[in-house]
Amino acid sequence: MGLLKRAWLWFDDRSGVSKAIGPVATHAVPRGSAWSWALGSATLFAFLVQVVTGIGLATAYVTSTADAYQSLQFISHEATFGHLIRGMHYWGASAMVLFIGLHMAQVFLIAAYKFPRELNWLSGVALLGVTLAMGFTGQLLRWDQTAVWSVIVAAAQAGRAPVVGQALVHFILAGDTVGGATLTRFFAYHVFFVPALIFGLVGLHLFLVLHHGVSEPPKAGRPVDPKTYRRWYHDYLKTEGVPFWPDSAWRDVVVGVGMLVVLVGLAAVVGAPELGKPPDPTLLDAYPRPDWYLLWYFAVLALLPTNLEDYLILLLPAIAGALLVALPFISNRGERSALRRPWAMGIVLIVIVMISTLWIKGDQAPWSPAFTAQALPPAVIQNQASALASEVVVTGAGLFHSKGCENCHMVAGYGGQRGPNLTAVGQRLSQAQMTTRILNGGNNMPAYGGSLTPDQLNALVAFLSSRRPPAVTQPGVASGGSQ
Amino acid sequence: MATNTEVTSQVPAQEDTATLSRRQFLTRLSVGLGGLGAAIVGLPVIGFLLGPLFRRSPQAWRGVGAVDKFQIGQTVEVTFLDPSPLPWAGVAAGTAAWLRRDGQDQFRAFAVNCTHLGCPVRWLPDASLFMCPCHGGVFYHDGKVAAGPPPRPLSEYEVRVNNGQVEILTSPTPIG
Repeated sequence: MGLLKRAWLWFDDRSGVSKAIGPVATHAVPRGSAWSWALGSATLFAFLVQVVTGIGLATAYVTSTADAYQSLQFISHEATFGHLIRGMHYWGASAMVLFIGLHMAQVFLIAAYKFPRELNWLSGVALLGVTLAMGFTGQLLRWDQTAVWSVIVAAAQAGRAPVVGQALVHFILAGDTVGGATLTRFFAYHVFFVPALIFGLVGLHLFLVLHHGVSEPPKAGRPVDPKTYRRWYHDYLKTEGVPFWPDSAWRDVVVGVGMLVVLVGLAAVVGAPELGKPPDPTLLDAYPRPDWYLLWYFAVLALLPTNLEDYLILLLPAIAGALLVALPFISNRGERSALRRPWAMGIVLIVIVMISTLWIKGDQAPWSPAFTAQALPPAVIQNQASALASEVVVTGAGLFHSKGCENCHMVAGYGGQRGPNLTAVGQRLSQAQMTTRILNGGNNMPAYGGSLTPDQLNALVAFLSSRRPPAVTQPGVASGGSQ
Repeated sequence: MATNTEVTSQVPAQEDTATLSRRQFLTRLSVGLGGLGAAIVGLPVIGFLLGPLFRRSPQAWRGVGAVDKFQIGQTVEVTFLDPSPLPWAGVAAGTAAWLRRDGQDQFRAFAVNCTHLGCPVRWLPDASLFMCPCHGGVFYHDGKVAAGPPPRPLSEYEVRVNNGQVEILTSPTPIG
């Protein structure tokens, strides 16, 4: 017997490792689990990536509002493998959010939340919440201009809560304003408090998976009956069970390692988002936006009806959370197969379409003014093919830019999308209608009556009246815009 | 020597009212002491975390420039220090406001935070409008809502002229 083997046997005898882990590793799981059964372990792998890369980042990150930005610049551009580790941490967070979403959708579709696995689902819902909390607090630790304003936006949202709103604002900011205490507070959340919750919840989740067993692939016509399920599942495993290691675990390993390869590739090629401007609250040309996984909620906040916003801004997340919590109590028995639960497939489809649509809208953010819109070039101002634009039209086009109209209205591809496209407004509105609208505003447009002279108004109307569809398409006019 | 299993299995047979009572006492003692220990450690930490809820920074008048520096009818960004910044706050110790001079000694200082969700509004001097980049909130030069989702006008700081200097009274970030 070799020295190493003898050493292992001694260690195993004294520590009891095999006795402790062996039954867990080889516990029976249903045969025939598909690749989708590996989504949960992929989420766990992603979390472990976050732990490892996070420890690496923490060795160089300075938790001070004065120095955090510089320390991240050092990590990103000077430290050995710093760019790669920060990239892995960023893409690992994305993977964690993606996989936990897919895992929950899969569990919902196969109704694995039903008896006796209600607590598995509830611990998963809690894990979803803390994962999103990790994503948000992590974005703030970038501590650049966007991060500072994101803290304020989060606090403002919490501040809408009745009664305790202002207290929450002070709690989130760790004071009256963003300052020295804010970052350290979020660092503690992100590095200690929330990860501790995640470790605890993951431990509970895995314990419950072992306690109740991995759910068997659903079969149409085989409903869950709480009175008989446990006995049935016990007998089922006797005939259809295989040891988790290695019969089922190999898929988890393949998915986990595959994800790691993709993460390293993305980190090396794409990297983490470049830091923005310094975290100076007096720099006001900021445009705080969340990372991609919360971009859809950014869109929700823009699209809520204004008169209901105070209620919905907090009620919507509360309702969504309550529905997720209530699910296993509303339906904990009966059919599990998605074929017999078409509404389940419908809900998943609706959620995917809804979030995708909001995500696209959030990415486009048509409600945001286009502050960087360029002044209209002469080729656009000379809309009519037949003649050069008159002086008053050129003046009006200049005012269209300088007065901020172009921030919200698009003309020939130039400008914002918040208001109606005015490329051919001269065809659909009379000069009187334009004058009324400009002076009085309305329909979510400011009134310009107090900030335009009569000459300026005339020039602006003249320019807008000249906006008609060109008789002949001119190359480079309609398609040459940028925002 | 008896194993733990043997000891455990023998206990019920030997139990009497007295040992049960003693065991109950020891159970309660252990749980109680454990709770006390958790409280001794946990309460100060909870108090430390919740401290900001009950602590208010003192307000302070901060000078933002001489009166002559500001032209009547114009709105400009001014910056000032928080009332009691922590030594390690760095650039985060600063705050900005939009200061408008309406008359000889008439000033208004608007918070830079959109009343929708706190994003920084920008001043467009030619348009005489404040615009918010996040969700398209628009405010007139006097802070009133012109368009978009903001539920109320821009918040204002107290302003005074003191010895030829324009001063702003600091206040908590006006959000929520």
